[in-house]
Amino acid sequence: MNWVVFAILALLALTAVTVARLRQLWAAVMFTGIYSFLSASWMMILDAPDVAFTEAAVGAGISTVLMLSTLALTGEQEQPTKRSPIVPLLVVLVTGGALIYGTLDMPHYGDPNAVVHQHPDPSFVERSLDDMHGLPNVVTALLASYRGYDTLGETTVVLTAGIAVLLILRRDEMERPAIANRAKRRRRKANA
Amino acid sequence: MNSPALEQAAGLYNYWIVIVLMMTGFYIVLARRNLIKAVIGLNIFQTSVFLLYVTMGKVRGGTAPIIPPEVAEAQAKAMHETGHSEHGTHALGTVSEEIVGAHAAHADLPGADIIYSNPLPSVLMLTAIVVGIATTALALALVVRIREDYGTIEEDRILEIDRADGLPDDDDEDQWIDADTHSLAGSSPDTPTDSESVN
Repeated sequence: MNWVVFAILALLALTAVTVARLRQLWAAVMFTGIYSFLSASWMMILDAPDVAFTEAAVGAGISTVLMLSTLALTGEQEQPTKRSPIVPLLVVLVTGGALIYGTLDMPHYGDPNAVVHQHPDPSFVERSLDDMHGLPNVVTALLASYRGYDTLGETTVVLTAGIAVLLILRRDEMERPAIANRAKRRRRKANA
Repeated sequence: MNSPALEQAAGLYNYWIVIVLMMTGFYIVLARRNLIKAVIGLNIFQTSVFLLYVTMGKVRGGTAPIIPPEVAEAQAKAMHETGHSEHGTHALGTVSEEIVGAHAAHADLPGADIIYSNPLPSVLMLTAIVVGIATTALALALVVRIREDYGTIEEDRILEIDRADGLPDDDDEDQWIDADTHSLAGSSPDTPTDSESVN
């Protein structure tokens, strides 16, 4: 195994565990950004530069900004929970064990005869040579043409999510005092 | 040395790393009671799924599926001359072998020996990343909204408040509604004193 790959994978695992252990949400969000950049690096090594760019821009960029703005509205400290971590740990270990058992008959890393590489035949790389009149990036050709409806659906999802966020966060100024009152009353009741 | 086991480990380690990352995200979602932390956990889980797909698209010795322009030009010209009859003979060809195989007759062409990784997983994950950020934004908006209504984003505390809210109250509910409407009528929108204490 390449040493660069080894370092990236080790850092990825370390970062993920650190995020799980941190109670400072601000720091956890920052580590999530680091995690995204490390994943982008590994994707680069795995010959997927388009995904790496998108992950760096969206995963590390936009998502971090969204999280930080939410933190500004909600508070940065996670309260310690009284629940024991044993049950989640057990569930995670069992699930992970089952998944690793499931990988045992997977095609090996980089195997050119893996099923993934067999199905669209002639492959998209070949087809785009003919269809796309010299468009060099096959990923672009696939995204915008062969799987164009996918991309259309994706845009629809983004539009829907945008509308939903607006509807959830939009609030009449007149309603604010009433909501604050109700929240205060419920908290008081829970404390009593 | 147990060489088959070692070979298998070398061939499958990338899946195992992905599973470790995935389970870390899953653990965060299960064990942490803070809503933002849960969203972070979902993000980590999601990124590990991207890695799983991308890692399956890699072909040994391959490069990114971007065809050098001069190669594309030369191959298109050659294809035009010979027609497309070669495609059918390579029913079980792979991305890499197809490029090499289909153009074995034109081995002298530039770039005939380039092996490309599979572009399909990349495309699927590009879509997934954008959909992922949309759902993350939606989840965070819900968190902000919950914070407005409950004054907290700790799940334990929210459940506590909900349970207490279901209990009968010595204060009459109507009275509170009256108080709400009263304060709503009384306070003008430019002096939202109560909303300051919530945010």
